[in-house]
Amino acid sequence: MFHALVAVKQVPDTTNIRIDPDTGNLVREGVPAIMNPYDAHALAAAVMWKKKLNGHVTVISMGPPSFVATLREAIEMGADRAILISDRKFAGADTLATSYTLSQAIKAINEEDPIDLLFFGKQAIDGDTAQVGPGVAVRLDVPVVTYVVNIRAIDLDDRTVVVERRTERWTEVIESSMPALLTCEKEIADIPFAPLPDLIKSLRYEPEVWSTAGPVEFDADQIGVRGSPTIVYKMGTPPPPEPGEKINVREVGVEAALDFAFEKAAEAGVLDTLIGGAR
Amino acid sequence: MTARRFWVFMEQEGGVVHPVSWELLGVARDLASQVADEAAESGDEVWVEGILLGHNVRGIAEQAIGYGADRVYLVDDPALEHYRNCPYYLTITALARKYEPEVFLIGATTLGRDLAGAVATSLRTGLTADCTKLEMGEVRGANRKLLLATRPAFGGNILATIVCRRHLPQMSSVRPRVFPTPPFDPEAKGEIIEETVDISEEADARACILEFIHAKDETLDIEYSDVIVAGGRGLGGPEGFKLLQELADEIGGVVGASRPCVDAGWISYSHQVGQTGKTVRPKIYIAAGISGALQHKVGMQNSDFIIAINTDPDAPIFDIADVGIVGDLYQVIPAMIQEIRARKEAHA
Repeated sequence: MFHALVAVKQVPDTTNIRIDPDTGNLVREGVPAIMNPYDAHALAAAVMWKKKLNGHVTVISMGPPSFVATLREAIEMGADRAILISDRKFAGADTLATSYTLSQAIKAINEEDPIDLLFFGKQAIDGDTAQVGPGVAVRLDVPVVTYVVNIRAIDLDDRTVVVERRTERWTEVIESSMPALLTCEKEIADIPFAPLPDLIKSLRYEPEVWSTAGPVEFDADQIGVRGSPTIVYKMGTPPPPEPGEKINVREVGVEAALDFAFEKAAEAGVLDTLIGGAR
Repeated sequence: MTARRFWVFMEQEGGVVHPVSWELLGVARDLASQVADEAAESGDEVWVEGILLGHNVRGIAEQAIGYGADRVYLVDDPALEHYRNCPYYLTITALARKYEPEVFLIGATTLGRDLAGAVATSLRTGLTADCTKLEMGEVRGANRKLLLATRPAFGGNILATIVCRRHLPQMSSVRPRVFPTPPFDPEAKGEIIEETVDISEEADARACILEFIHAKDETLDIEYSDVIVAGGRGLGGPEGFKLLQELADEIGGVVGASRPCVDAGWISYSHQVGQTGKTVRPKIYIAAGISGALQHKVGMQNSDFIIAINTDPDAPIFDIADVGIVGDLYQVIPAMIQEIRARKEAHA
């Protein structure tokens, strides 16, 4: 039976993030937490293939207890089991420690219920590193295919999966052995409306919480701050920009405004470029 | 005496090098010069070295020397002809274990990101993504300078400087066009060292590429265009991009967009400029109807000359524009097209 594992992260909805105009600081209050959008699409793809292949989906997430809300949402979207890896000792993990922690949990899940495919989002919108997916694949010693836009076929007998991945130059059609880890673009699947039974199930669902106390063993030197080779050395704000010169069309008219712009372009030495590559 | 090696991954596909490789050689050269005094004192050697994997790509190694590499390690193997994660990361891991580089820079492209996360994990070291500033600096408690890797966080509002204290190599990924291309010196001298790495059948067989599909729009390369005419929410709808395209065609540029336009489906993602899109540094950047959210600005603030057009005189885009035109883009852009045509005729 097909078993998909999906890793999800809860992130602040950065499309709603505001900057306080007076202090220049991030306004955190009232910023809703959402399931990382790429993870949501990865989950939707896993659920789609679960239905096709009569399988099941396990979702994991590493984070504070508030991440339970995101795991309930995963159940609502059609996941069968959800595990939250949560412990203060995991806090402050960089991508290396995160990939360790997730891979330890995944190995334990895999032992009791072998996993065919692992679905990750291509990156999380709060950090944008895209490092955890490939990192987990290395630790599990399984092939990784990043930037997947479509799964063409899954062959459980041959143990192969055929996917399309999009790079800057082209789309590659890749056949990989299974188990494999896929990091997914949004196009991989649309997010479906939750059927009523899943919705009801999600309301009552209590995700399992795994910690350093069990059921999986974690090496204390490889988790959290201790297991993270990188540290934030300092934080700063970007230097304030030098404001350019402004001209108002309503005051001077469009022609004078353009003359002004062309004059400045000439001063900057780019006028030839502006009037069509110095023809 | 030890060798302090500053490594750069030479990204290439089908024998075509990604220019970010040259940009990073320039960065590595800067970093190397920042430890020159320290190294001279302790009698260490400092090397800038390129790492090149592929098949029949020796010409790229020669070019790399012109762009500043003292040495290029070349692994030529048919199994490496097309990039695939597993053979590449295993090969690079083997090289890094052999030579123990101090710093390792990789382009934050789709290929580079796929690779960097795997290499860093395999070497059990730290990796800082999307750095916008890199320097070698003294850090309390460290006996020599460390890589200070600065990256924007929270949509560019905060700059976080990350260090990797006790693990080597100190790895960073850098997006294309964040740093300038260094000058090419055809007289530069360097060494090309051919390495062989045994790629196991199992590693080779894990994933194979069945086909490459070339789509018209996906080849759009706005990162390396000299002129970008970009539109934002102020366009009011997808039709606005036709006008921008007309201006771009007149100047010989391409069309860019801010994230809201892409999210709204007005234009495809390949046009997106900003933290979650492309980083650009054209000669001319025309921002039409773009308010200038931080996440957009971090992707285009290194442009040589920025013209912003916006009806809102307080739009933050004006803070970084060389010329700010407060007005309706639907009035200004058509006039600009006319003006450019007129000036071209005057030139002819």
